[in-house]
Amino acid sequence: VQFGAFQHSCSNKIYLLLVRSVSVDLNNDASLVIDIPDALCERDKVKFTVHTKTTLSSFQKPEFSVPRQHEEFIWLHDTIVETEEYAGLIIPPAPPKPDFEGPREKMHKLGEGESSMTKEEYAKMKQELEAEYLAVFKKTVQVHEVFLQRFSSHPIFRKDRNFQIFLEYDQDLSVRRKNAKEMFGGFFKNMVKSADEVLISGVKEVDEFFEQEKTFLLDYSSKIKDATAKAEKMTRSHKNVADDYNHISGALNSTAADNNTAFKKHLEKYAEVFEKLRKLEDRVASDQELKLTELLRYYTRDIQAAKDLLYRRARALADNENSNKALDKARLKGKDIAQAEENQKQCLQKFDKLSESGKKELTSFKARRVVAFRKNLIEMTELEIKHAKVRRLKCCVYHYMFTRQCSGSHGKPGNLREF
Amino acid sequence: MSGGCGRNPPPFPDNEDQEAELDTQVLDSDDDDDEGEDIFTGARLEEEESGDQFELNIAVTNPEKIGDGMNAYMSYKVSTQTTLPMFLNKTFSVRRRFSDFLGLYEKISAKHSLLGCIIPPPPQKSVVGMTKVKVGKEDSSSAEFVEKRRAALERYLQRVVAHPSLLQDPDVREFLERDELPRAVNTQALSGPGLLKMINRASDAVNKMTIKMNESDNWFESKLQEVENEEQLLRRLHAAVDSLVNHRKELCSNTVVFSKSVAMLGSVEENSALSRALSQLAEVEDKMEQLHQQQAFSDFFILAELLADYVRLLGAVRCCFEQRMKVWQRLQEAQSTLQKKREAEAKLLWANKPEKLQQAKDDINEWESKVSQYERDFERVTCTVRKEMLRFEKEKARDFKQHIVKYLESLLHTQHRLVKCWEAFLPEAKAIA
Repeated sequence: VQFGAFQHSCSNKIYLLLVRSVSVDLNNDASLVIDIPDALCERDKVKFTVHTKTTLSSFQKPEFSVPRQHEEFIWLHDTIVETEEYAGLIIPPAPPKPDFEGPREKMHKLGEGESSMTKEEYAKMKQELEAEYLAVFKKTVQVHEVFLQRFSSHPIFRKDRNFQIFLEYDQDLSVRRKNAKEMFGGFFKNMVKSADEVLISGVKEVDEFFEQEKTFLLDYSSKIKDATAKAEKMTRSHKNVADDYNHISGALNSTAADNNTAFKKHLEKYAEVFEKLRKLEDRVASDQELKLTELLRYYTRDIQAAKDLLYRRARALADNENSNKALDKARLKGKDIAQAEENQKQCLQKFDKLSESGKKELTSFKARRVVAFRKNLIEMTELEIKHAKVRRLKCCVYHYMFTRQCSGSHGKPGNLREF
Repeated sequence: MSGGCGRNPPPFPDNEDQEAELDTQVLDSDDDDDEGEDIFTGARLEEEESGDQFELNIAVTNPEKIGDGMNAYMSYKVSTQTTLPMFLNKTFSVRRRFSDFLGLYEKISAKHSLLGCIIPPPPQKSVVGMTKVKVGKEDSSSAEFVEKRRAALERYLQRVVAHPSLLQDPDVREFLERDELPRAVNTQALSGPGLLKMINRASDAVNKMTIKMNESDNWFESKLQEVENEEQLLRRLHAAVDSLVNHRKELCSNTVVFSKSVAMLGSVEENSALSRALSQLAEVEDKMEQLHQQQAFSDFFILAELLADYVRLLGAVRCCFEQRMKVWQRLQEAQSTLQKKREAEAKLLWANKPEKLQQAKDDINEWESKVSQYERDFERVTCTVRKEMLRFEKEKARDFKQHIVKYLESLLHTQHRLVKCWEAFLPEAKAIA
């Protein structure tokens, strides 16, 4: 079921968008179903409505909704990352911040130029603005929704207390701004991460499975990052072409406005043609972005999360080796043996746990990736076909309209027989 | 990423399916444009039947490089197909070089512009483009240049023969028919910048004209203003289409780069069905690039060149108005000279110098006949310019429509191939497991 409604009030700059999603894959399990049915954009902030339906007794109600801001999603992500217990799991990547810079700039221009534009120009620009906002909205709602659905569909994460608080607690989570210590901690974490990259390549791998995974993930990571960047450039070009159609349509209308002959009506019709072409090109660009570019972007982040898991395991392996060495040394010296033994036991336990859970996670990651690519590639292809058919039809209609009035040899409807 | 991705665009007020229905309704009701109306007389003009039936078809083809180094030049085949009796044969062809076309323009211009005809401007010279060709650079940009020129030469000739008086001109016939043409010299003045300067000077002169000529002068004044405005607007339109061409070319290169990237991704993918699908996707994107390339070609040759032509044509129209001005000025000057001669005669009568009187009377007779000649000239030019404007406007409307139709055809072909490409890919995507 899909519907869309749109409301725009320029004076107090509130945007309301209702887009009901079709739940798929990640919402297979009816015991906990999450979606983001709408989002509200107020000035700089986006408020997502997180809607939960559940049969689990750990929740207070079977169905409920809470408003959440982007920062609260980040809080949830960071909390999970910092939970020691989850070291052996792939942590779902944090959703990127909603970026409304483009539409916001346009809205500003619209507000400023309102007095100098004709009614038609204003209406047209408003329509374009709405389309742009919609595109950004779809992207950001999609990525925030999937983030939550990764948790809800995971046997361990779905039981996490913080996750449940996030879903249920109907007050503001009052996520504190990161204080200096925490920010520094983050910086330190990143430093450690790059050290890990050296570690992960250098550590002597004992397990065949992880050896292969390491090779695969490192290679795949760079290739998908590259593909993402190239897809972004390609989508940008499509948008530029759509923009050009827009300018052409505008220029044709200006020329028509200034004309007093029969040519005027021709020009207005041509302007109409290019306006339609623009709309279609825009749709192609935004659908391509949503299905293809976003897919690649997401998996670039997810691959990084998988790599993070490997780092943690590699560190645990290094710790394990070090604890073995320490135990040998203690035995040699005859001092602190019990402590060293205990340490070694714990390191080994941790490493084994990470390896076991890591293997499961990475295997399900493969399956998830394949399913996601399949779904998005099919949807993208179907949309491309649909748009191309619509464009073909539109061109056909206009072609017919323009040729059947031409006297003489100009109209050649015969060319279209194959269509 | 899986989950929650069924987010198709919600139905906008302009739902595509509804629009399709509206389109078919519109097809039946839209029937009132096309026939040109003379806004001056308000009468409806019938489409000139003889102008419509193309009894003469011209093609410019087979560019060939003759010679080497800096003396090399391109030779083009000019083929004519006609049923007109004034030609010796029904089909014939000759070889011409660029300077021959410029020479033709010079001859036509010398004869017909004084009469107030709109002379189609020839394609522009390009030192850079031609040098590349001479030097022998066999790359895509010089091939593009040659094609651009070939197409421009063809359009130029087609416009010349579409003009009823020019078609009758023996120089035009000679150009089409005669095997060897004497080499045209002094074509420097007619190169792009030179021509443009001439045209711009013309419009300045026209602007300085403040003396009203006669009642229909309002028509000419407002028409000229329209022409100038339209020229500016078409320049803007041309710039927008130029931008489209460039962005389409960028899209081409970005698509190719993306295709390679996807192929690389496919090669490291461990799942074999997904790997295959990704390399198929890379191939589809390669095909996309070819389609974009073709579309860019259409964008340029159908739209951009049309607009560039019309910007220059409107300049030629301004020249035509300038000619009328010149004829008017000549008439004015002759009338004032006649007046002076009459005054001189009157003075002589007073001064009683009979020996000079005869000379004065002869002068007056001479200038009286000149004045009446120039009056007739002016009336004729006025009539011609007005007729030319109407013919031009009709041709312009037809030209634009023809080109938009061609453009739509090119889009149709592209979209059709697009559909086929993606339909072929769909089973590959579905086969991923």
